[in-house]
Amino acid sequence: MPRSICSLLLALLVLVGGSTGVIALTADDLKPLGEDDFDAKSQALNQIIASGDATALRVLEAMGQENVVSTSDGRVLIQDGDVLKDPISDAPVAIKASDVQPITLNNLLRARVQSGLNGLKLQAPDHAVREKAINALFQAPDPAAKPLIEAARSKETDPVLKSRLDQLWALTALQDPDASKRLQAVQLIGERKDPQMRSLLMPLVAKQSDGTFAETDEKVRAAATVALKAMAFEQWKIEMIGTLFAGLSLGSILLLAALGLAITYGLIGVINMAHGEFLMIGAYATYVVQEFFRSHFQGALDWYPLAAVPASFLAAALAGFILERCVLRFLYGRPLETLLSTFGISLVLIQLVRTVFGAQNVEVSNPSWMSGGIALMQNLILPFNRIAIMAFALTVVGIASLVLNKTQLGLYIRATTQNRRMAACCGIRTWQVDSYAFAFGAGIAGLGGCALSQIGNVGPDLGQNYIIDSFMVVVLGGVGQLAGTIIGAMGLGIISKVIEPFWGAVLAKIAVLVFIVLFIQKRPRGLFALKGRSVEV
Amino acid sequence: MSTVTVEPTPTLRLPARQPMFSPVSWRILIVVVVAVLGLVPICSMLVPAGSPFFLSAYALTLVGKIMCYAIGALALDLVWGYCGILSLGHSLFFALGGYMMGMYLMRSIGLEGVYHSHLPDFMVFLDWKALPWYWRGTEHFLYAALLIILVPGLLAWIFGFFAFRSRVKGVYLSIITQALTFAAMLLFYRNETGFGGNNGFTDFKRILGFPIAAVGTRTGLFMITFATLAGAFLACRYIVTSKLGRVVMAIRDTESRLMFLGYSPLGYKLFVWTFSAILCGIAGALYVPQVGIINPSEMSPGNSIEMAIWVAVGGRGTLIGPIIGAFIVNEAKSFLTASFSDYWLFFLGAMFVIVPLWLPKGVVGLFQRLRKKQ
Repeated sequence: MPRSICSLLLALLVLVGGSTGVIALTADDLKPLGEDDFDAKSQALNQIIASGDATALRVLEAMGQENVVSTSDGRVLIQDGDVLKDPISDAPVAIKASDVQPITLNNLLRARVQSGLNGLKLQAPDHAVREKAINALFQAPDPAAKPLIEAARSKETDPVLKSRLDQLWALTALQDPDASKRLQAVQLIGERKDPQMRSLLMPLVAKQSDGTFAETDEKVRAAATVALKAMAFEQWKIEMIGTLFAGLSLGSILLLAALGLAITYGLIGVINMAHGEFLMIGAYATYVVQEFFRSHFQGALDWYPLAAVPASFLAAALAGFILERCVLRFLYGRPLETLLSTFGISLVLIQLVRTVFGAQNVEVSNPSWMSGGIALMQNLILPFNRIAIMAFALTVVGIASLVLNKTQLGLYIRATTQNRRMAACCGIRTWQVDSYAFAFGAGIAGLGGCALSQIGNVGPDLGQNYIIDSFMVVVLGGVGQLAGTIIGAMGLGIISKVIEPFWGAVLAKIAVLVFIVLFIQKRPRGLFALKGRSVEV
Repeated sequence: MSTVTVEPTPTLRLPARQPMFSPVSWRILIVVVVAVLGLVPICSMLVPAGSPFFLSAYALTLVGKIMCYAIGALALDLVWGYCGILSLGHSLFFALGGYMMGMYLMRSIGLEGVYHSHLPDFMVFLDWKALPWYWRGTEHFLYAALLIILVPGLLAWIFGFFAFRSRVKGVYLSIITQALTFAAMLLFYRNETGFGGNNGFTDFKRILGFPIAAVGTRTGLFMITFATLAGAFLACRYIVTSKLGRVVMAIRDTESRLMFLGYSPLGYKLFVWTFSAILCGIAGALYVPQVGIINPSEMSPGNSIEMAIWVAVGGRGTLIGPIIGAFIVNEAKSFLTASFSDYWLFFLGAMFVIVPLWLPKGVVGLFQRLRKKQ
């Protein structure tokens, strides 16, 4: 029974560490637990908690696990598997398990048992046990644990735990009849700046129905007001950082989705409605790589993204290359028909994936190093997978910018985007540039799909949700310049996340759409339009 | 003395108005209209059920539904084939007309709903206390009919005004119309907006007092739909043969040149666009009583694009083309989804690719080419 050994050890340690036990518990003290009167049980519980000795710990632990039983003649015993033990001496007794009834507790008493247990553990010599107990009491502060907290407070040596114990004490001391203690308590709570504690201070500054303050002492009220203000500011700060982070995170996903679209749209003036399906292909490529690792390199499963990234790029780039060579090439100069045929291709791709992988979502799991997150502040956790995606988006943009600005292909792409005929006159094979640029754009979308697979569902409809959003990014940012796409994506991401808490996701989407329709009234070619003499025909 | 002949100063005369149809076409049109309007009621109500000439209620509904689609396709062709605006938002106008009609049909059942309330069932279900202001008066058919025209028309006018004024065109415009439709769909899916959430409007019982499922009512709806289709065809033909139609076609071909000639395209575009939206709304309003339900999936972006493929298959830039295209594609759909449901999307996708590549003018264009060869 490792658990009972643990509790036994703990009990011993508490004894050695010096308990606050004033009165040793007797069997009579425990007797009410087995009876029907809940008030008597409550009083007995108080006595157990107040005594704070090894017996108390033993009984409370057993009560927490619902292992306390009573015999018909009123003896209270602890059940340990099939063996019944006497709570005071901890020795087995000769009573059969079939002759006893478990004692009944209500929810109120159960909560008291827990807080009492935590209160006793506050003085455990083990640092980790103490910390855990403090945290648990923070979650559910109980005024009854106050003497235990006070006792622990005077003995605690670790400065970090000491300050937390102070604050914990403050939570229980708010109702103290002594005004100076209340003041100290309010100040300690204020220092903690935890917005969750606001509800504790609110009653102090609230007026009662007869117009007088519930809190009589003026100093306490003033301190509470100051503390509340600090908390409100802290809350605001957390919300702001949270919104900013969510916005940037959404923005980096939009960026990955829209970057390829901006390149192909700038180059051949074609909105590729199948662009979302390239995202899907990238996500499914990630899934295939993951399954391959799972069956062949079980040990290296955590590092499958390293292989999935190039795989998703290549899969989507190949699909893009084929699409350009076999269909789009023949439709140049007819943008509206290109739009329709790319939509047809997206339908075919979706149905193809449905036939091969099934209509259900497939499961792509995060590698273990990507789960979890950084707790930046209390109540603000930044998940690792989101951070990884932001970093990934940044890297992809960096690589795309290098390719576009430093390589020959990039030079050709830029030249063809700016003036196709002049580029052709200079000897650039523009039709080849089209194919490679299209494949490059599709490959970037594939990378986006690889990233998306880490935070959302991977299913045949994955791409459909992103095509409109990515086009909005392109409209906002303008065509042919990376800076425009980046700012467009981040701007849209942040705007959506700022509006969302007020209006909800759907209205936020509509608002963004209306905003964009109005925006192109002013700047029909986006934020960063290419300057030049090209006139729309 | 020699008489001085003064040469008359040359005057620029506008070209004569193109006739709407050739005399032969007029005759064919009149024969078809009279034949359908005369024969359908006989075939559906008088001919006994076993006869090969019998039209079942199922067939009536199916053809009636496709005729509504054909009106929508005609409307889309007017803006795409003649004005160069590929709208991917026409299913929105279609659904809006349908919703207005649907609300009238829901209100007209009075207290016969599941909850026996004056409110439509879904509002009782969602615990609404009163009818929202925008649905007031919809129990009167005339007001509902007015809404069927006004709501899609007004939305199209406002959207078109902003889009055309800033000269958004081409694929930009297409995607923005699609985004508009997408946003509207999200809005209609919400329960709190008063459009019935994802169940939409259903449980219709009567239209103008006639029981909606009766064969007589079905026949009547069929004939009204057919008459509307014929009327819409004539109206569109009138528009495209008028002077306004010629300007509209000039906008399609080279908008910038037309602007240099001193025309402002805004008004022309707005007129055609709004007219097209209204036509589409009427089609939706005729569609709902025949199908018996309207819900937000009707305005999914996919539906709009499917509408474009009807036009493309039939042949855009001709008015008979979209009607033929709507029939071909939808007949194929009801056949394929029934027998090979997995392959319908492959087929549809293939059509999107094949038609622009090899049939740029659709079926009608194919016939014209064959006739020229002969």
